[in-house]
Amino acid sequence: MSRIREAFARGKAFIAYVTCGDPNLETTRELVHALEDNGTDLIELGIPFSDPTGEGPVIHASNLRALDGGVTTDHIFRMIVELREEVRIPLVIRTYANVVYSYGTERFIMRASEAGVDGLLLSDVPFEEKEEFAPICRRYGMDMISLIAPTSKERIESIAGEAEGFVYCVSSLGVTGMREEITTDVSGMVELARENADIPVAVGFGIATPEQAAEMAAISDGVIVGSAIVDLIERYGEDSAEPVAEFVREMRRAVR
Amino acid sequence: MANENDSRSKGRFGLYGGQYVPETLMNVLAGLEQAYHRCREDERFEEELRDLLQRGARRPSRLYPAVRLSEELGGAQIWLKREDQNPTGSHCINAALGQVLLAKWMGKKGVIADTASGGNGVATAVAASLLGLRCDIFMGLEDMARQSLQVDKMRLLGATVHIVQTGAGTWKDALSEAMREWSNRVEDTNLVMASAIGPHPYPTIVREFQNLISEEIRERCLQEMDRLPDVVIAPVGGGALALGAFDAFLQEEEVQLIGCEAAGEELDGPESPSALTTGRKGIFHGMKTYFCQDDEGRISPVHSVAAGLTYPGVNPELAALVDEERVDVISVTDEEALDAFSMLARTEGILPALESAHALACAMSLAPEMRRDQVIVVVLSGSGDKDCEEVVRIGEEEKDEQDS
Repeated sequence: MSRIREAFARGKAFIAYVTCGDPNLETTRELVHALEDNGTDLIELGIPFSDPTGEGPVIHASNLRALDGGVTTDHIFRMIVELREEVRIPLVIRTYANVVYSYGTERFIMRASEAGVDGLLLSDVPFEEKEEFAPICRRYGMDMISLIAPTSKERIESIAGEAEGFVYCVSSLGVTGMREEITTDVSGMVELARENADIPVAVGFGIATPEQAAEMAAISDGVIVGSAIVDLIERYGEDSAEPVAEFVREMRRAVR
Repeated sequence: MANENDSRSKGRFGLYGGQYVPETLMNVLAGLEQAYHRCREDERFEEELRDLLQRGARRPSRLYPAVRLSEELGGAQIWLKREDQNPTGSHCINAALGQVLLAKWMGKKGVIADTASGGNGVATAVAASLLGLRCDIFMGLEDMARQSLQVDKMRLLGATVHIVQTGAGTWKDALSEAMREWSNRVEDTNLVMASAIGPHPYPTIVREFQNLISEEIRERCLQEMDRLPDVVIAPVGGGALALGAFDAFLQEEEVQLIGCEAAGEELDGPESPSALTTGRKGIFHGMKTYFCQDDEGRISPVHSVAAGLTYPGVNPELAALVDEERVDVISVTDEEALDAFSMLARTEGILPALESAHALACAMSLAPEMRRDQVIVVVLSGSGDKDCEEVVRIGEEEKDEQDS
């Protein structure tokens, strides 16, 4: 069984996002350990991009902090190699198409796979463009994660039908970021995805509180939390491992 | 075996184009494409568009013989396609009227637009007033400072102008922010693209609304001189104007087509926006095309004296035409453009937009090497009214440097 499958086999999954190199790679390393030690089932590792058009202000700013710190794709691969000596949970790289394309798509995926990465999520690569990346991921034993959104409607069938790893269900319109309430019919989307995919469906975008996490976990196989964690990293910088661990413990309890 | 050609998206020009956007926008783009085709096949839409182009853009724009400029340069006759005389002061009105009318026919309540030089901002604000839609404009902080007259116009026309402070505060940042806002308001709002860039169907829609420029040039040349021009020169920011000016000549091999990119301060500088000359293939803002970027694939914060040419990428169809060598590309520095600005003012009494001055600079270096019976058409993309303050400021800055 792949590491991603295992992550969902233990029950509802808690998935966390961090941007690599925000504020530096040493902190990212500490955060990954803190996340795993406090019950995170899968980590999305963001490779920062200059113009992350799918992100709200919190993750956008985090990308820029990481770039200011001077992090490169190769630094991040090296960090993942070292992390993999101890970290057991699945790691998914989350970034934008140009970061991969400009590195050389096959070279990027090969290096990621060698470093121990389990999946690739590209925010600006929809179903129609994924054939440029997905078959190469498959060849190197990685899953290309597909997203469905509130506007997807009839597209959910084909997207979920070809999805790998898990289906990422985007809870709301707009970009990433914390939201006071989620008004979309998420459970309808999750149901439609489940009818067409035999892999887990996790919900992300806007989940910032234990209440929201519990609600979304109840109707899906897991929740993805990004901006709420990155917000703590923005506030605590190099000392963010402890506050993030505390937040994750609380969210983890809500998701069980 | 997977490769770059395995895309299932529409809107491909060889390797370029496509739809690299978050899933949230995919059905929205599909809906836009369907509505666009439905409207353009509907005679009532076409009639309303023609009427709007008459009233709002005073088509056709003039083709004007630059007699004194041609004499002074010696060589080919230079004719100017006067998009600067459009009521809103630039070519942008052609595509803004089309795109806002499309939004209205789709039942949208409002439009969002990105703008760099302010051309599309003013044009979209006018079109929204004419058609009764709400209008939000996204513009970079740096561009607002150097094109303040345009900002005043947009606001006076009833548009809400959103200040974009991210990145270098120029065009790419304004478009990124407009796309973010749009992905939150897709249900009742359309995005009006400033140029023929972004995901399919935008590169095609915006270009098609600008095709009338080359159709008019062709018709007037045949009427006036019973022949086609030898060379057509247009500035290239995103590429909408250039493609619109080239379209009717693409099959006419004897007509040389030249796109002028901004080189910025110097062509080899890190901030040069010459995507076709110095960029490499990349994926950004929904399309695969040439982009100015660093080794890590990060998009460069480019700079040019002309706000409307300060875009780090280019229309994907134009990228393919350049690869095929059907369109030539010339890169023009800030200094060359400013010289061309003064030259046109001095010889013809016309203050061109700094974007247009790039195309003029190219014509000025080409004309003396051509015969007197040959014809160059230069597209004046817009009026220099918006740039007067900035040109004066640059002049004073240079004077101060010389004095000190």
